[in-house]
Amino acid sequence: MLNDLASAVIVIVAVLFVLLTTVAYLTYLERKVLGFMQDRLGPMEVGPWGLLQPLADGIKLISKEDIIPSDADKAIFRIAPVISLVPAIISFAVIPFGRDSFHFLGITTHPYITDINIGILYVLALSSVGAYGILLGGWASNSKYSLLGALRSAAQVISYELNAGMSVIGVLILAGSLSLVKIEAAQSGGFWHWYIFPQIVAFVIYLISGIAETNRTPFDLPEAESELVAGFFTEYSGMRFSLYYLAEYANMIMVSSIATILFLGGWNSPFAFLDFVPPFVWFMLKVYFFLFFFFWIRATLPRLRYDQLMKFGWKVMLPLSFANVIVTAIVVYMVRH
Amino acid sequence: MFSQSHPEHYVPIFLFLLVAVGFGAVSLTVGKLIRPKNPYKDKNAPYECGVPPINDARERFSVRYYVIAMLFLVFDVEVVFLYPWAVDFDRLGLFGLVEMMIFIFILLVGYVYAWKKEALEWD
Repeated sequence: MLNDLASAVIVIVAVLFVLLTTVAYLTYLERKVLGFMQDRLGPMEVGPWGLLQPLADGIKLISKEDIIPSDADKAIFRIAPVISLVPAIISFAVIPFGRDSFHFLGITTHPYITDINIGILYVLALSSVGAYGILLGGWASNSKYSLLGALRSAAQVISYELNAGMSVIGVLILAGSLSLVKIEAAQSGGFWHWYIFPQIVAFVIYLISGIAETNRTPFDLPEAESELVAGFFTEYSGMRFSLYYLAEYANMIMVSSIATILFLGGWNSPFAFLDFVPPFVWFMLKVYFFLFFFFWIRATLPRLRYDQLMKFGWKVMLPLSFANVIVTAIVVYMVRH
Repeated sequence: MFSQSHPEHYVPIFLFLLVAVGFGAVSLTVGKLIRPKNPYKDKNAPYECGVPPINDARERFSVRYYVIAMLFLVFDVEVVFLYPWAVDFDRLGLFGLVEMMIFIFILLVGYVYAWKKEALEWD
């Protein structure tokens, strides 16, 4: 028990450190990728190739004045960014980053914080809690832009969460478990065992829903700057603003991790002769592929209109995910009997 | 077949929760020590493109949001029912499969009804 606790503490510290560093450098990476795609160089001034830019941004944000609007609901306004950030961070508790246990300071540690038998349900539950932070923040600001942004965001998040939840069911039928560790282990032995092939429809649905749930372009209507200024965090500044930003990027990493685990085999290598590469590296490569994909989409596609967004979610994605569940269930039953 | 529940597996999550809340609290407190504080009336007014704000922001908004919330509630509860069936798919066998197809069919009737009632329209 004591050993378990010590190992949990070690992994928590490691996960938090890696997560926050990744989030900080994702902002840099996003600007670089967008820059190169638009034939610019991106940030170049702070440090070599602008590598210290995230640090400079951090110092700037923490030393900015924290403006609270006079008509705002002060207590809710203060606490809302934290409500958004905490679920985004603690959902990483069930993500398995690698396969093998390792030793650190004489303590045996797992490559995950904990392995609960309802892993995927836990992640989906927390992603809904994050929407409260957005809704409360937009409401408390008492600004028209914030309120409209928050309402849009909440409606969009719940609509697409439904599709994400439905698309997961096919994978659950194949793997027979809700634990992310077991789902990853079920896909070992070469890339043809990955669930992306039997569940290609679910994969596409999950990816689109993931982009919509994290409010990224082309679904970034809650913060559409040309009409809503900055959406639900229009009135936020300084550190509270950056907590919302952290939450958004942590959610992006979360969606990428879940897509990696459910459909791309997590830490499994695609070929047996590539097994010498550590599982952790495979996991990271796949997650970064999805993150790059997010940036790529942002550089490519224009924003949808709100009615198009809702229509697409409820009239195209939902019937598709229903069909996917039905077909998967029948086919899997016929194959196994 | 049934896996045991392990309440002790949730202790690390609780620890992580404390750490995450602590991170938020500390970063905000540290910021408080170094940032300037110079509020005045115009700065604290809600943003409205530089014009003095008209009316309260909390006015009436479209009922569509409410309809979407209701629909979400119905379908999300259905999804929750589908999860245990999907996990225990093999053990429930043909009985579970037929049962769930009937369940999904009833759900689809409701979906078609909502579609025909134009609850999914947005204009």
